[in-house]
Amino acid sequence: MTVGLFIPCYVNQFYPNAAKATLELLQKFGVNVVYPPKQTCCGQPMANSGFEHLSQGCNEIIVENFSAFDYIVGPSASCVLHIKEHLHSDKNEKQAAAIRTKIYELVEFLTDVIKVEKLDASFPYKVGLHHSCHGLRGLHLSQMSELNAPAFSKPQQLLSMVRGLEQITLDRLDECCGFGGAFCVTEEAVSVKMGKDRVTDHTKNGAEYITSSDLSCLMHLEGILHRNKSSVKIIHIAEILNATV
Amino acid sequence: MSQTKTHAALAGAFIKDEERVDWHDGALWFIREKRDKASKQIPEWEELREAASQIKSNVISNLHDYLLQFEANLKKNGVIVHWADSAEEHNEIVYSILKAKEINQMVKSKSMLTEECGLNEYLEERGIEVINSDLGEYIQQIDNEPPSHIVLPCIHKRKEEIGELFHEHLGTEKGLSDPTLLTRVARKHLRNVFLTRRGALTGVNFAVAETGEYVVCTNEGNADMGAHLSEVQIASMGLEKLIPQKKHLSVFLRLLARSATGQPITIYSSHYKKPRKGQEMHLILVDAGRTRQMGRVDFRDSLKCIKCGACMNTCPVYRKSGGLSYHNTISGPIGAILAPNLNMKKHADLPYASTLCGSCSNVCPVKINIHEQLYKWRQVIVKEGYAANTKALGMKAMAWTFSSPGKLTTAGKTGRWFLHNLPFVVNNKLNPWYKQRDMPEAPKESFGEWYVKNEEKEDNRQ
Repeated sequence: MTVGLFIPCYVNQFYPNAAKATLELLQKFGVNVVYPPKQTCCGQPMANSGFEHLSQGCNEIIVENFSAFDYIVGPSASCVLHIKEHLHSDKNEKQAAAIRTKIYELVEFLTDVIKVEKLDASFPYKVGLHHSCHGLRGLHLSQMSELNAPAFSKPQQLLSMVRGLEQITLDRLDECCGFGGAFCVTEEAVSVKMGKDRVTDHTKNGAEYITSSDLSCLMHLEGILHRNKSSVKIIHIAEILNATV
Repeated sequence: MSQTKTHAALAGAFIKDEERVDWHDGALWFIREKRDKASKQIPEWEELREAASQIKSNVISNLHDYLLQFEANLKKNGVIVHWADSAEEHNEIVYSILKAKEINQMVKSKSMLTEECGLNEYLEERGIEVINSDLGEYIQQIDNEPPSHIVLPCIHKRKEEIGELFHEHLGTEKGLSDPTLLTRVARKHLRNVFLTRRGALTGVNFAVAETGEYVVCTNEGNADMGAHLSEVQIASMGLEKLIPQKKHLSVFLRLLARSATGQPITIYSSHYKKPRKGQEMHLILVDAGRTRQMGRVDFRDSLKCIKCGACMNTCPVYRKSGGLSYHNTISGPIGAILAPNLNMKKHADLPYASTLCGSCSNVCPVKINIHEQLYKWRQVIVKEGYAANTKALGMKAMAWTFSSPGKLTTAGKTGRWFLHNLPFVVNNKLNPWYKQRDMPEAPKESFGEWYVKNEEKEDNRQ
């Protein structure tokens, strides 16, 4: 099995440690991982702003770089969901369609494909799990609170295998953090207020770390934590699952 | 309403009073939680949603036939039927009905359609006084403000503010803010209104094609009191309010109140079918853009809406920004997918007033894919040329850079390109990201750079 490692553009530039942890974690499970260096962006920043027609260049690059792999895995639910729902190619729609079905977010790849049952990881901290909306309601990584349906959570399942980690309970289990792509600047006031309220839910319930399968949410929450000189840190779930503290 | 400010600007103003926002957010979240509890007591809840959605699909696909069937049955029952193509035509019809009977005072129960049509203003300009009898709408009316929520019209107001309004308009003691006492005062005042009005208008929650009856749901019984005491009873409904058969009410009435407030059912679910002896009953079927929306394949399912307000209560953007920031009669997520159909230029900002979190679509009792429609409206708005020009230029630059790995890597040494070009990471005070949030720190090397070096190391070792 060869996996193409999909590292979203902003993760590549700002959160290389999450990308390294993803790579190492997959390798720990014996997966052959290749990082195609010519990848750029999933196209979501344009598409979510109404410019999906401008994201064709991104789409073709994804098809060129990832068609050869058995699976494609990325540490970002939002970018993975975007590819799953919107990847199309004028040049090679068949390959685009194949990518839409073989791309996975890291957590679901670990629980559903590799079927991880134990982890050699330790992280002796109190951790709040932030469900990214695209992971939750788009990829169904966990059961959303809106539905009358049985509960499950793939990220919690993995976090419960980490030694010493204490998962805190939030007042609002799965509320949006307010990042929303360009929303974070076009609706600055609402975005910040949503982010502040999410941060408060974690801090008042004793979190030392906030984790998620999406760094875009975490980048937003980190911006607010830093500005308010909070000691609470953000960490991508891959870094926890790969940690041997 | 002459509104030029965007949702972002109006929301920004609302958020300045953070204590109010927290309280507003908490009040609506409380209702969302009540809805969760109520829906989870019904084992077949998700099947009910699916059934409702499919019944409404059937209605939208066969609307022509159901409308004719409904009209024929209304006539059989002795109801006078009117068809209005536009809001103006609707208002003219109401006016002509009242004028023929020399009625110059009318009582009206909650009807978002008549708000949308601007009926009150239209009639008042022609010397007819209208009093809204739903308590929340009445409060909004005396404050000269539109409803901020379709189910809870004055949810953004505190009891002290309502006390002040009552002091000013109904002569209550200054400083009185006890909700029970205020409600009693309003009740006494409205009782007199009900007793003296010869004309009453109600909205319609569900119209049954097979019987020609319609159902009005309220908690206050105000629609009934107005209608029962009137000489002329008028009902205004959007074309989409039809359901095929009476038995389908067993699906919709179970969903409506649970979704709206977490109640098992509204206190009153009143069926109106025939005029009393000596009474005149009119029903106005209003299009006002609905058939145009039906023609938009991606957006026609928005017409399934039963106006429960669940998408507003669950929407974090709505809870933090208040309904009035949507500058449209129907606010919140559902308003944001209905409004661009009415006036795309004026409401071009509304589909962007969302993080696309998807909570709305999953509480919706008729399973409207609201967040997907928000995404699709954005594509339409850009293609029709209503996106702000600055945004268009930034997007082109971003698309150009992302379209070639070469451009991105030469531009992207330790994130320099990103620091200059991604909208949320430009490090200066003009950048909305930086106003209240710090930027991520740019590391010494990107993952890509590290990966290449690491690979070379591995190769040397081998």
